[in-house]
Amino acid sequence: MKTIYLDNGATTMVDPKVVEAMRPYFTERYGNASSTHHKGQEAKMALEESREAIAKSIGARHDEIIFTSGGTESNNLAIKGLAFANKEKGDHIITTKIEHDCVLNACKWLETQGFRVTYLDVDSEGFVDPKQLEKSITKKTILVSVIHGNNEIGTIQDIKALGDVCRKRNVLFHTDACQSYTKTELNVKKQNLDLVTINSHKIHGPKGVGALFIRKGINMTPLLHGGGHERNRRSGTENVAGAVGFAKAVKLAKSSHVKQMKKLRDHAIQELLKIPDTMLNGAEGESRLCNNINMTFRYVEGESIGAYLDAKKGICTSTGSACSSHTLEPSHVLLAVGIKPEDAHGSLRITLSRFTTKEEIDVFLNTLPGIIDKLRKMSPLAKTDSGW
Amino acid sequence: MANIQNNQGGYSKRAMDYFQNPKHVGEIENPDGTGKVGNPVCGDVMHIYIKVEDNKISEIRFKTFGCVAAISSSEALCVIAEGKPLDEAEKITNKDILGHLGWLPPVKMHCSILGAEGLHEAIKDYREKHKKA
Repeated sequence: MKTIYLDNGATTMVDPKVVEAMRPYFTERYGNASSTHHKGQEAKMALEESREAIAKSIGARHDEIIFTSGGTESNNLAIKGLAFANKEKGDHIITTKIEHDCVLNACKWLETQGFRVTYLDVDSEGFVDPKQLEKSITKKTILVSVIHGNNEIGTIQDIKALGDVCRKRNVLFHTDACQSYTKTELNVKKQNLDLVTINSHKIHGPKGVGALFIRKGINMTPLLHGGGHERNRRSGTENVAGAVGFAKAVKLAKSSHVKQMKKLRDHAIQELLKIPDTMLNGAEGESRLCNNINMTFRYVEGESIGAYLDAKKGICTSTGSACSSHTLEPSHVLLAVGIKPEDAHGSLRITLSRFTTKEEIDVFLNTLPGIIDKLRKMSPLAKTDSGW
Repeated sequence: MANIQNNQGGYSKRAMDYFQNPKHVGEIENPDGTGKVGNPVCGDVMHIYIKVEDNKISEIRFKTFGCVAAISSSEALCVIAEGKPLDEAEKITNKDILGHLGWLPPVKMHCSILGAEGLHEAIKDYREKHKKA
């Protein structure tokens, strides 16, 4: 059976051109970028060129980009690194209720270390209110961290408005842009950003490499101590092949891909809403990630929908249902936007990539209604013809 | 890795088969006993309907809102319980359901427990109605 991969929010296929760009850095240009001999310098050159390309893509300087192992590390470094470096200044951090687990759990851990954390509410589409943010800032606030494009419901925050509030109140502003990077505008100067997390495997680059933009002059405690790599902020021999692949992936991303994904997304949403008792979760139109669809199909459970899609047509999706999580709690993001737990269980996330075709979406759209119908016939919560 | 079976989200072949082709879905008109367990907030609801003849479960049907584990546990329960004398059926536990399915991911264990509870509730309901009559 062919695979129809609609889970690009989880990870993406590495573009074959990225693999080609990386290949020489395994067997030919394998040097350690810290070595002074020619093999080392060859690697160093590739690393710095990659850094430059990534910096340029977000309006940053090359010395403001630190390579890491990915989004989780970048978010941990930003939050814990700043918290510990600014301990004398304050003990208060502001984030939101819709962050990725790596931000939430880093913040929860900091609470055990004596820091205080405010988790901002969001509205029914998932937006943070800049006024609410401003009200939450105190003299003790050292950092605000807000996710840019939400990984579950696709809502894109107005980070310029949030960044302006932080700049005005002289508080550092971090955003987790793993999902939004290359898919919507991200510019550290225009949007007043102090720290930005980005990663490679969500944009058709390899897994195991990410980056953190740290505005010049910001003091930060490293998580990894060692040989002083990455300007003393992240020790460990650099993943040169990974960095090269990451930079290649950035260069391959085009705005025409965004348009193409938006068109497919809107076509799919329109068709899916024709299924009765169905709703779209998250924001609409321009404030939604071009590749994200998140729907609730009431009276049925998301893992079951996904299992049928996979078994019948090899279609890969994901869900915010408790049944697919390790904790058996429904998605904290869906609950935060006010979706009832029973409706969160019935959620299905479909995330596209530039490789997703209209044909694939149509197979998905033709397969899904029958599955929802079958599951609703099994469900004691659904109204049936017999008058339930 | 030992427990990941094939390529089916960690479910056994039988669990996937029961999930995809359940034979006992539905309601029974005027059932002799009904067991309703679970909670939509938690993501699993099971309704078990039984018909009793000569102190045996002559017919059993389910309606379930839940994941692959919940649906396959419901079907497994029906397969195990159908035709059984009531006092034997009463002794069915989640271990029987698990054994029948072969395996469930540990985090899904509660689905098999819910299945056994649903049956016990249905039998209790039958006994209470029977007492009154």
